[in-house]
Amino acid sequence: MTIDWIAFTPWTALAGGALIGLAAAAFVLLNGRIAGISGIVGGLLSPQKGDILWRILFVAGIVLAPLLWLLSGPLPDMQIDASYPMLIVAGLIVGISTRYGSGCTSGHGVCGISRLSPRSIVATLAFMFTGFVTVYIMRHLLGI
Amino acid sequence: MNKHFISAFISGLVFGLGLLVSGMANPDKVLSFLDLAGAWDPSLALVMAGAIAVGLVAFAAIKGRTHSLLGEPLRLPAKKDLDLRLIMGSLGFGVGWGLAGFCPGPALVALGAGAPKAAVFVAAMLAGMAIYELLEKTRARA
Repeated sequence: MTIDWIAFTPWTALAGGALIGLAAAAFVLLNGRIAGISGIVGGLLSPQKGDILWRILFVAGIVLAPLLWLLSGPLPDMQIDASYPMLIVAGLIVGISTRYGSGCTSGHGVCGISRLSPRSIVATLAFMFTGFVTVYIMRHLLGI
Repeated sequence: MNKHFISAFISGLVFGLGLLVSGMANPDKVLSFLDLAGAWDPSLALVMAGAIAVGLVAFAAIKGRTHSLLGEPLRLPAKKDLDLRLIMGSLGFGVGWGLAGFCPGPALVALGAGAPKAAVFVAAMLAGMAIYELLEKTRARA
């Protein structure tokens, strides 16, 4: 393993992480809910009366964040190398499996670990593991 | 408008800003974290550490409460068992994450930034979630 010291951005990573934690903290302290993106979005696909608007507003906040950012300067780089077919396959897999697994990086990785949930700790280890393996296979075995 | 609608919007906004500041909204950076055998960028581990450090305090503070500060009922996951759905679902999620470098939150941020590729990923993700709902309904009827 070699660490890419040029790409490593410890301070913005910690600061951005703290902001994500602050958002999750505000959401549970004020709304009493877990800031889990896949669960919040997924709930919109089986809408229950009185359980829709807060989901739309939370998602709208995330989607509009880049516009707020633009008031202060240009957006940071977002380099998406995956091809369109690959993005479709990846999106389908992420959609189905985050619903089966009851969460993603935010719900399990941030909120779940923060509340020391054994389910979320296991889930996070599981998706980190297959994330590492998938990138290894793609980059170093298949060369994609 | 009810206060908790405003706090939902602001929480989402701050969450999105955090993803932008941290570099998580950039799939290339996420994949550099997942690429242990390449030139490894450990940044994402610090994103998680920063988020969890703040989250730990908040979740400790609400322990034992039944309602939020705005009087909303506290709705935390009740499930405790490590079932096959959790494990297979999470293993599957990691595969999808590793294929494109997108997880749900960052994909929504990149969508808001106007990236056409993020729009395609989000559309496919919504389709995947809809497929899950269909499968669940079929299972409930069987």
